[in-house]
Amino acid sequence: MEAPDEIFEDEDEALEIPADPMRLNMGPSHPAMHGTIRMVLDLDGETVMNVDVQPGYLHRGFEKSCERGTWAQVFPYADRLNYVSPMLNNVGFALAVEKLLDIDVPERAQYYRVILGELARICDHFTCNGASAMELGAFTPFLWLLKVRDWIWDILERETGARMTHSFGRIGGMAAPPTDGFADDVRAIIPEVQKVVEEAEGLLKKNRIFYDRMEGIGILPKERALALGVTGPVLRSTGVPYDVRKDHPYMVYDRFDFEVPVGEDGDNWDRFSVRMEEIRQSIRIIEQALEQMPTDGPVSVQDPRIMLPEKREVYTTIEATIAHFKLVMEGLKCPKGAVYSFTEGGNGELGFYLVSDGSGTPYRVRVRPPCWYNLQAVREMLIGDMIADIIPTFGSINMIGGECDR
Amino acid sequence: MSKKVVKRLEKEFKDKIVSKSDFRGDEEVTVAAKDWVTIATFLRDDEKTQMNHFTDITAVDYPEREVEGGKRFDVLLLCRSMELGHRIRLRTELGDGESLASLTSVWAGANWGEREVYDMFGITFDGHKDLRRILMYDEFEGWPLRKDYPIDRAQPLVEYRDVDDTLKLPPFGIEEGQPFGRIDWEERLAGRDEQVSPSIGLQLGQRRALSDSEIAEEQAAEIGEGKTDSAEGAES
Repeated sequence: MEAPDEIFEDEDEALEIPADPMRLNMGPSHPAMHGTIRMVLDLDGETVMNVDVQPGYLHRGFEKSCERGTWAQVFPYADRLNYVSPMLNNVGFALAVEKLLDIDVPERAQYYRVILGELARICDHFTCNGASAMELGAFTPFLWLLKVRDWIWDILERETGARMTHSFGRIGGMAAPPTDGFADDVRAIIPEVQKVVEEAEGLLKKNRIFYDRMEGIGILPKERALALGVTGPVLRSTGVPYDVRKDHPYMVYDRFDFEVPVGEDGDNWDRFSVRMEEIRQSIRIIEQALEQMPTDGPVSVQDPRIMLPEKREVYTTIEATIAHFKLVMEGLKCPKGAVYSFTEGGNGELGFYLVSDGSGTPYRVRVRPPCWYNLQAVREMLIGDMIADIIPTFGSINMIGGECDR
Repeated sequence: MSKKVVKRLEKEFKDKIVSKSDFRGDEEVTVAAKDWVTIATFLRDDEKTQMNHFTDITAVDYPEREVEGGKRFDVLLLCRSMELGHRIRLRTELGDGESLASLTSVWAGANWGEREVYDMFGITFDGHKDLRRILMYDEFEGWPLRKDYPIDRAQPLVEYRDVDDTLKLPPFGIEEGQPFGRIDWEERLAGRDEQVSPSIGLQLGQRRALSDSEIAEEQAAEIGEGKTDSAEGAES
């Protein structure tokens, strides 16, 4: 009887399965990767052991392009950073240059910016949550939610002339005052939007498949989220109540009564719920802003060195012609110095670090894109989950290629 | 931003602070490159600062400073305390070719930030474990956000990559093709071919599926044989 040991040894060897991780390439042409992100996955079976997230496929040289125009010429680029909520980026950049110039815009413009910005935020959150659901196979909620985006775009089109890339912000105010029916239009869609939020939650929150694929998937612990520089709904879902609108109020956000929703675990479900709740809070802000907004008054600073003169005056007076020529050809002259200005964008802290050398051209424009650092955290969310969990997790951080890659 | 943090830093590192400014209320402290990590770690760990939220790291290029004998780059770190709600901007100057100690050991978030600074400015970070280009591709020549990089410079065409450990890194090799379009239907219908891709089929010892040109050649050969057959028949 000397055999048993040998037999057991053999069995141990037989159990040792050669398990080299399989390397799989996902994206950039994968539809769930938005066409702009590539992930190189190391898989053990279906479990993600390691992932290398590679951005950069939508890099257009935003920061370099800004260094050759005037300050005002950055606005169209800023629109194209986050094309899901371009108004927030427009306002964010305008605020940064205004900080550099040390000016305050009139109150009416501030309220106008807040309302347009919150409308854009509703768009952003609806698009993200709708797309998350669609990527999991639920197409109806997607169309249900995008319906709202169309209503909001109708309003924005009436106000700005463009549905998506508005370029409506100006240094020192907005391009035009609100149209006559603006407040009524916004008030008219608010109850409809609220209804859609209820409907969407009814469609998704009790959906077994959706719940199972969101709950407990893509968990990000609080400490890691902070160290990784995560902001916005992704950070709030981990339980940190950090919202720039609340912690460092800019414009008139300190005058509104609203809450900062937080999650508990930092999983997909929390991110989804936080976004849904933020839509409700945005509606509250819009309602209060419409109440408080002055009905008349200028929407831009009355300073000929900053704002373009009226077209009628340009054609009739020499002073306005010269002012117009100087502002267009030489650009607005910002004082020498550097500022960092940050706002709450659709996905978190959207920062602009601007360096001016005193000329009419930006010396350096650095955008601190919230998506960039949120995307960095995806690696830690994914490791240990299954390959199919990549799609809801990636969808729930709302990576916007234009902003992430710039 | 907060003045308290600046005071705290002044008290702790009296001689290490090169200069400070508060333009438009943004507190900025300039330190020497050798103290970069020490001060960042202090900011994170100290009771009164508690900068646990990494915000951003970036750089600015001032080539004219180099002519005057100064250092070319500004590297800037932005961080924030979640509990105390204050911020600070840390700045250091760095010459061309010099490297800075990496902050990845202090905040994990510095990883991508430093990779981007490296990618855009060519500034290297000591101790960074994964310093590769992130927005640009490996073959990109030059550092795009330096002032001496012209915005309209054309880049050389990139050759196909030869990668040792894996065949699946794009740009794909010429031979990659579309495996699902090359199924040998004759073999499959005869029940001999269950391959899902030519490479697996080859591994299983099956006949290689034919390319379009090879099929055309074979057909031409068959037609040729048929002709000779009929010609032989006519002779006999």
